[in-house]
Amino acid sequence: MTAVAVTQPRVVRAEWTKFITLRSTLWSLGIGMLLTLAFPIIFAAVTGSHWAHMSAHERADRHPLDIALAGVNVAQLAIAVLGVLVITGEYSTGMIRSTFLAVPKRLPVLWAKLGLYAVVAFTLTLPAVIISFFASQAILRSHHILQISISAPGVLRTIVGGALYVMGVGIFALAIGAIVRNTAGGIALFVGIFFVIPPLMNIFPLNWNNAISKWLPSEAGRQLFAFHRDPSRFAQWPSGAIFLGYCLLAIAIAAVLLRRRDT
Amino acid sequence: MIEAQGLVKDYGAKRAVDDLTFTVRPGVVTGFLGPNGSGKSTTMRLILGLDRPTSGDVTVNGKHYVEHRAPLREVGALLEARSIHTGRTAYNHLLALAKTHGIPKRRVMELIDFVGLHDVARKRAGQFSLGMGQRLGVASALLGEPHTLILDEPVNGLDPEGIQWIRNLLKQLAAEGRTVFVSSHLMGEMALTADHLIVIGRGRLIADTSVEEFVRRASRNVVRVRSPQAILLAEALAGPNVVVTPVEPGVIEVEGVDAAQIGDLALARHIAIHELAPQQASLEEAFMELTRDDVEYRAA
Repeated sequence: MTAVAVTQPRVVRAEWTKFITLRSTLWSLGIGMLLTLAFPIIFAAVTGSHWAHMSAHERADRHPLDIALAGVNVAQLAIAVLGVLVITGEYSTGMIRSTFLAVPKRLPVLWAKLGLYAVVAFTLTLPAVIISFFASQAILRSHHILQISISAPGVLRTIVGGALYVMGVGIFALAIGAIVRNTAGGIALFVGIFFVIPPLMNIFPLNWNNAISKWLPSEAGRQLFAFHRDPSRFAQWPSGAIFLGYCLLAIAIAAVLLRRRDT
Repeated sequence: MIEAQGLVKDYGAKRAVDDLTFTVRPGVVTGFLGPNGSGKSTTMRLILGLDRPTSGDVTVNGKHYVEHRAPLREVGALLEARSIHTGRTAYNHLLALAKTHGIPKRRVMELIDFVGLHDVARKRAGQFSLGMGQRLGVASALLGEPHTLILDEPVNGLDPEGIQWIRNLLKQLAAEGRTVFVSSHLMGEMALTADHLIVIGRGRLIADTSVEEFVRRASRNVVRVRSPQAILLAEALAGPNVVVTPVEPGVIEVEGVDAAQIGDLALARHIAIHELAPQQASLEEAFMELTRDDVEYRAA
């Protein structure tokens, strides 16, 4: 055992081992991805079977990409909860002490967790949304409605944007978990930021609401997989940059606290 | 080698560790003794870089724990608090820790056999008994074949066979020249395992001494004598530094003269003696005597 030393690649391998050796992780990822696929398929089937009875207004509201990416809303929740758990699960069981005894500099653990989880979230979500696109399109084709080609302008970048959004949510949630160190608290904070604050903006007059909302992490993130540009929001990539900024901010706070705090 | 220099740790307004300075040397088992809540676990967490000292400094093998490139190779630790994910199997737990250091799988398998967890290695740690959890903790501590071992209350939850096993293991590790630092709130346990003692109470150092010295210093030297002529003997023993206490008819306790002197005197005076027994204060008594004022929580 001459070359025994802690290195970043070794910490990544260790974190990968930890990640895949928890049954709960594999279960929640599997179910999350299954729902990501199931939602667009159900959405497409219902749209197809009810198309004849729909008003023109209702029909105009259905867009093939909204249907194809319906699973992103489910995936983000599954990925966020698991992202929080990846780190808070270690605090609740005490595993974090073993982890920090092995890697006392601590930050390599955070980098490894973030990197692995980003890769996992993206590589699972991207095929899931691509399959969703083709599956929902196939169902809609059988009803001869709402056809769009993957090579049509903006389609591919919206689909990839959906996977990027889910990846960002995973990173953000993991960083929140590292800051809060408690599963319930971490999930609550995530839900607060992504699902409670945005509708609260409705209490403001519309022009205030729009001025503020485009800067919110959830709203900025959503523009990553919006096919039509919402004029009250920034465009896809600037919004993506804002979303990334929030992720980096959360990571920076997590990193500073991780090094400072007692365990 | 563990060196603590003026170590202080405050949690809010409460001082958990108060100006501790001590050195733990290799080659012997050093017991870390103190009542519950006296700061043993906190001190160990400070040594291991899990908590930061408020002031003072502590190094292991010449460096801060955090600065070691291969910490598991330098120090193996068993913490009192559970430090295992309940959803992971014993094997995978050790494997993940091993991978941080590039320690081969072979070593993980060896250790699982060594600590006697072969049959449950693929069971999730959440289903483990306290004793099995301790054995897994010992395996984690030994993973990197460390020069220094820090074990917080290792015999907790172990059956008599397990306790025996830990004792022998600690002695063997010390005999191999390693530094072994083991905490306990049980004096009796320490007397059987440790060579040297560091005793603390309410975060402060009370004693840093060999086990023998500790016991000798703390024990009263009383000799119990049974004799049909006890009163005669008591009169013969009377002197400025001698205290004789009658216990029951025919039995006295003598303080200030040792058993040999009493026996010699009895022979010279032709006094028959039926029993001559030096009474050592029990270790627990000695420990309680020493830490009396430093116990954090006491029954009313």
